[in-house]
Amino acid sequence: MTIIFFLIACSVVLALCFLAAFFWSHHSGQNKDLYTPSVRILFENEAEEKPEGTKKEEQKAEKL
Amino acid sequence: MAVVTKEVCYHCGDTCTSKVLLKDEKSFCCSGCLNVYSILSAGNLHNYYKLNQHPGASQKKEQQQFDYLNVAEIAAKLVNYQDAEKTLVTFYLPAIHCSSCIWLLEHLNTLNPAILESRVDFLKKQVHLQFNHQHSSLQEIAQLLTTIGYEPLISLQDVINSGVAKKDALVPKIAVAGFCFGNVMLLAFPAYFGIAESEKHFGQYFSLISLAFCFPAVFYSGIDYFKRAYVSLKQGILNIDFPLALGIAVLLLRTLSDYIFQAGEGFADTLTGLVFFLLIGKFVQQKTYHHLSFERDYRSFFPVAVDVIGEDGKTAPVPLEKIKEGDRIAVKSQEIIPADAILLKGDALIDFSFVTGESKPVQKVLGEIVYAGGRQTAGSLELEVIKPVSQSYLTGLWNNESFQKANSTKTKTFVTRVSHYFSIILVSLATLALLFWLPTSWQTGLNAFTAILIIACPCALALSTPFTMGAALSIFDKNKFYLKNTDVVEQLAAIDTVVFDKTGTVTIADHNSVEFIGELEPEWEAVVYGVCKNSSHPLSRKICAFVNSSAQVQITDFEEVVGAGMRAVYKNEEVLIGKADFVQGAKTQLLEFPQVHVSISGKYLGYFKINQNLRPSLAPLLQNLNNNYQTFLISGDTPQDNNLLSPYFKKQSDLLFQQSPQNKLDFIAQKQRSGATLLMIGDGLNDAGALQQANVGIAVTDNINNFTPGSDAILDGQSFAMLPKFLKFSKAAVNVIHLSFCIAICYNVVGISFAIQGKLSPLIAAILMPLSTVTIISFTSISTHLQAKKYGLKS
Repeated sequence: MTIIFFLIACSVVLALCFLAAFFWSHHSGQNKDLYTPSVRILFENEAEEKPEGTKKEEQKAEKL
Repeated sequence: MAVVTKEVCYHCGDTCTSKVLLKDEKSFCCSGCLNVYSILSAGNLHNYYKLNQHPGASQKKEQQQFDYLNVAEIAAKLVNYQDAEKTLVTFYLPAIHCSSCIWLLEHLNTLNPAILESRVDFLKKQVHLQFNHQHSSLQEIAQLLTTIGYEPLISLQDVINSGVAKKDALVPKIAVAGFCFGNVMLLAFPAYFGIAESEKHFGQYFSLISLAFCFPAVFYSGIDYFKRAYVSLKQGILNIDFPLALGIAVLLLRTLSDYIFQAGEGFADTLTGLVFFLLIGKFVQQKTYHHLSFERDYRSFFPVAVDVIGEDGKTAPVPLEKIKEGDRIAVKSQEIIPADAILLKGDALIDFSFVTGESKPVQKVLGEIVYAGGRQTAGSLELEVIKPVSQSYLTGLWNNESFQKANSTKTKTFVTRVSHYFSIILVSLATLALLFWLPTSWQTGLNAFTAILIIACPCALALSTPFTMGAALSIFDKNKFYLKNTDVVEQLAAIDTVVFDKTGTVTIADHNSVEFIGELEPEWEAVVYGVCKNSSHPLSRKICAFVNSSAQVQITDFEEVVGAGMRAVYKNEEVLIGKADFVQGAKTQLLEFPQVHVSISGKYLGYFKINQNLRPSLAPLLQNLNNNYQTFLISGDTPQDNNLLSPYFKKQSDLLFQQSPQNKLDFIAQKQRSGATLLMIGDGLNDAGALQQANVGIAVTDNINNFTPGSDAILDGQSFAMLPKFLKFSKAAVNVIHLSFCIAICYNVVGISFAIQGKLSPLIAAILMPLSTVTIISFTSISTHLQAKKYGLKS
């Protein structure tokens, strides 16, 4: 049962790592804006969107 | 009959009222919107319009130039960081409202390659920009934002972010307290179930680790309680922090001594739990509004910089505080006069409604003194400053003592009053227990003494206010009523007298309704519109908005006679619009509202009657308030609306007119001396003193981004009618606090009955503390929301 001494020490060290990770994320500003990233992720990828958009625009212009 | 199809602006979604502008088969309501579209389509940013329909903001307003951003010392105040190449700056853009905004603002780089990075914070309506200042300037960036429809709101005095920083600092402390609490609970479980004699060494090991967790919880997370208790003790006040700090200290000492003398498991679980829950309460209590400021003074109302005319005749922007006597300044239309000055040039028609409550613009002649704070409504002016900004007539109000002393008139909160007695009873009870046990056994005595301080530690009491008020604040917030802090709820509940300002508060300054008395044929309507369109006089604009004719007529020989009216020619017929003595055939009528008379080729047609609009729902609102409260109206304006308003108040003497800002403040102070608890509701700078002096000051505004004077709460004009509900709800919230206090006391009585016998085991403390906490949190949150439903503040 003496293994418990070691296991508890391990669990505390592990928990400290998580705490440190939280501190790092907080100081790097990850919690500052919790809304905008949820909108940003929904935008189409530029590289594909741009040429397609201009093509459509051109096609429209030709039709008219 | 002609079918009128309402065209909707492709950019902003407004209906196009006058002529429609077309481009790429899309219609626009004004050249501003068209301009934004052109810039965006040239920059290949069509996505802006694809993400949302009509994402733009209307561009009908005049745009400012931001020349003052080229002044190094102003720019330095705005810039967050600067090195040899990069500049980091944050702008507040009130127009941010949808995902298109985010998309466009994060693609600014396409429009100006000097912008290296832009990131939007949607909730704060801010954009963080990084740009190369060798290729672009701060002014260019601000102008670019303005041309695409996102005009930055620049104000150097606003201290908006201080509240946010306070809440941010709390998060790491909660994290540490939660970390300690969680770990200690895990280690405490074996003790709860009992540790066998053969495994005693485990118990000791667990106690040691638990004890180690107590130190960060107390000295990092909980240290503020000791600091605050010390500060208030020094002032001779026993507030809630004193018994809390005492409880935390005793818990730590008891845990420490229990470990050293092997007397038991200690109270590490109760201690860490207490700190954790208390901090959660603090977090809930702090409500931050990212774009509201309750501490504004006159400086944030004035422009950041003023155009000063140099000796060579050129104008250059100068920071407001650098304006000195003898400076010649230029003030354009719709700008605010920054300092008391003499009028040198220009047609001065100044709107003082925000400063004095006077609703009609005032005409000033050359050589006359113009007081600071007025808004020029006609053309450009040239003025000579006679007093610096800080000493002007208006800003002198801020030297009054009610701005110096920190809210001593505000009533003490319930918890502050209770904790005074609570602390005394607690300490004397503990001492009595100690004295009682001392002759028989000093160990039991010490045990009972510490146990009482531990068990009676007012955790539940300390949490009842934050959780109730935190919930109340978010309910107010959803109803567009923004409170500075939680104490305001209690102060609102104590109110017995309500004082209203007139202009902008019970009347809406901008929405004057217009009627035409007489007959006006459609053709003449078009003529009146055509003539009034040429004038910038506020009454002309109101008439334009009222007539709003789409027919185009040819007007010639337009002439505006200052202070009288307008003359023009239409199809060889003379059109006169203006005052009674200017227009032929008009009779001077002694009526209490502004009139504009119309005559065409000598024939008198009638007049436009311009009413001041009361806020809708004012009648039921005042009826409701009159039942339970004393109501007063105090206005800086002339008594022109007396007849209109007096039916709403109990007696004629409750309506006061022509009151200076100082008079208003004195009125409030005098009522307070006679024992009244006052709520002042105002909107302008002229109410600033009264708002400060009153027990609760509420600033009403129709646009939350506009300037509001320093106050305890900001109310959106749309929710004005809900004021009686807000007052009732605040009373209900205070009742919830009283009830939860009773519950907390019950728990304390049970706990103390154990403690006083010296029988308190760590297990009982560990059960009682979280149990009472959970009861209080759920009781306060649920009952506050139930009360909100009852008063119709929540669906």
